[in-house]
Amino acid sequence: MSTGGVTERLPRLLSLVPYLLARPGVPVAEVAADFGVTERQLRRDLELLWMCGLPGYGPGDLVDLSFAGDTVTVTHDAGMRRPLRLTTAEATALLVALRTLAEMPGMVDTAAVQRATAKIERAVGDAGHVGVAVDLPHEEAATTAAVREALAAGRALRIVYYTAGRDAVSQRTIDPMRLLVVEGRGYLEAWCRRAEAVRMFRLDRVEEVEELDEPAAPPPDAEPADVSEGLFRPSAEHRSAVLLLEPEARWVAEYYPVDDVVELDDGRARVLLRYADPAWLVRLVLGLGGGARLLEPPELVDAVAARAREALAAATGRHVDEDGTTNGD
Amino acid sequence: MNLVLCLLSTRQFLPAERIRQIVPGYADARGDDAFFRMFERDKNELRELGVPLETGRLSSFDTVDGYRIARQDYELGDIDLEPDEAAAVALAARLWDSPDLAAPAHSALVKLRAAGVEVDEDQGRVQPRVRTTEPAFGPLLAAVRSGRVVMFQHRRGGPGGPLQRRIVEPWGVVSWRGRWYLVGHDRDRNAPRSFRVSRISESVTAIGPAGAVAVPADIDLMAMVRHNVDPPAVSGTARVWVADGRAHGLRRLARVIGPRSHGGRAGDELELDLRSVDTVARWLAGHGPDVVVLAPESLAEAVRGNWAAAAAAHSRTDAPGGAVLGPAGRTRRPDRAGTVR
Repeated sequence: MSTGGVTERLPRLLSLVPYLLARPGVPVAEVAADFGVTERQLRRDLELLWMCGLPGYGPGDLVDLSFAGDTVTVTHDAGMRRPLRLTTAEATALLVALRTLAEMPGMVDTAAVQRATAKIERAVGDAGHVGVAVDLPHEEAATTAAVREALAAGRALRIVYYTAGRDAVSQRTIDPMRLLVVEGRGYLEAWCRRAEAVRMFRLDRVEEVEELDEPAAPPPDAEPADVSEGLFRPSAEHRSAVLLLEPEARWVAEYYPVDDVVELDDGRARVLLRYADPAWLVRLVLGLGGGARLLEPPELVDAVAARAREALAAATGRHVDEDGTTNGD
Repeated sequence: MNLVLCLLSTRQFLPAERIRQIVPGYADARGDDAFFRMFERDKNELRELGVPLETGRLSSFDTVDGYRIARQDYELGDIDLEPDEAAAVALAARLWDSPDLAAPAHSALVKLRAAGVEVDEDQGRVQPRVRTTEPAFGPLLAAVRSGRVVMFQHRRGGPGGPLQRRIVEPWGVVSWRGRWYLVGHDRDRNAPRSFRVSRISESVTAIGPAGAVAVPADIDLMAMVRHNVDPPAVSGTARVWVADGRAHGLRRLARVIGPRSHGGRAGDELELDLRSVDTVARWLAGHGPDVVVLAPESLAEAVRGNWAAAAAAHSRTDAPGGAVLGPAGRTRRPDRAGTVR
């Protein structure tokens, strides 16, 4: 909530008169909500407005307000009929957001976005060089549109979904709750009837989607996840692995949720990586081919070595020794 | 507030002394110095808010500069939004999950409401959000807005990487797939560059005056970032055998040619686009004995190389205990034939 600080208060006061002028008899509580301040602060703003006006400062020169019940009306505007133009920062923030949405067919009504953008551009004039650009995912437009329709219609969905952790595809019946874009990816949050829990489904991993002829009915206690701190939240189901990353595998520390990055000699780093599925971790480390060395947990260190030797044997048709050399060289 | 009302209502330029007499508040100032300090502060504040304060003289008889606000430059133009357009604007204003962009988006919304537009702020069930968590984002955005050159420490290669000082003329900030980049002219390299904002240290110093950065007129910020992060072009095709019921992620990226068995195991033959051999080798090697590269041989070698290196790095005989942290424990890299010498 904003306070009465002068740099926040003056712009609010400047907008308040035209705002009230456009809405005779608006409830004070609604005004406070629209301006993002408390009702108490708003009443103080109105009291101050009452003292403002044109030189002369007589009854006909001051801003005049009339209160009826909990509503307020401007009866004299002292020449303050329109709000101040948008600043460059305001115009940028709004127009870049609109242009971003315009690139998201399926997620939003892009035709309405484009019409709104054109109208706002016309009203604010040329904002010059904008300096901010955003690209959000738009490859899964068909899936996203199907999900959005089901949300609007309040229908359950049957989806075929790829789970990267288990590297498997499964069919589920879900009750959609909301469509999100977080950290540059689209997600469907839904009640999964098989898991009996709220789950986040990445839209680019939904292989098939079918709207069912039955209502979406997430249990009343199905809580949407708090994504304000990002999608990944370490939980009891996550375990920790310790990895030693060679310089060429440094990207792992940026791509996956890691903690405790310790810089070592030769540009290497030791990190703590959270994982839910041991098979996923083994695949990751095996794929990195020595670029990452698993230090803990020990049983997975052995699993990586065993899988690697097994793979070499299958590929070359020869036995592979414990140290990785093939006999017969 | 009274100053704005007063200057909006006048067509003449009002000299400071006249303003002092007619606008309440200034009369309380004790002495000329106090008045001029107050007046300067107020003028600066109005300019920061974007109030178009004009300075000038109306006739040659005026002896000092006066002030006024041109109404046509002050007032927001007419905006009439249909309900679906207003809903789009509300969604746009909620896009930013970052104080540096959410605050101006909200104040823009307040002005639109003051212009009579009804914007419902109810959180819908479609919630696209663009977040910034990088401490350097705010100072970088401020530098882009004011056109000031910045100096910062950049961590090369990501977390834990070596820090390098950079001096950059910032052209813009770009969010690509959820990651923020700074795009600009790198003075040290005398070339355009983009930097992951998360790799820039918090202490960004703006150096030099505002407006010093000249942004090229035809610049496409997004294209510059895309150019740096896009995968390389398809350079060929790989054929791979995959065991039944395995490597579903790989199957999603590939075309299934048909069933095929390998070493007595049932499976499928897949075909997939080859861009970077190293990247595809990493995907394939992760699946261990559940995949076999059929072609090309260079890819098969790279995959075997990854397995040999992984086997060597994780064998108990190689480096027991703490030796892994010292130079002695450094993983030996295999050659392309997939054997470790």
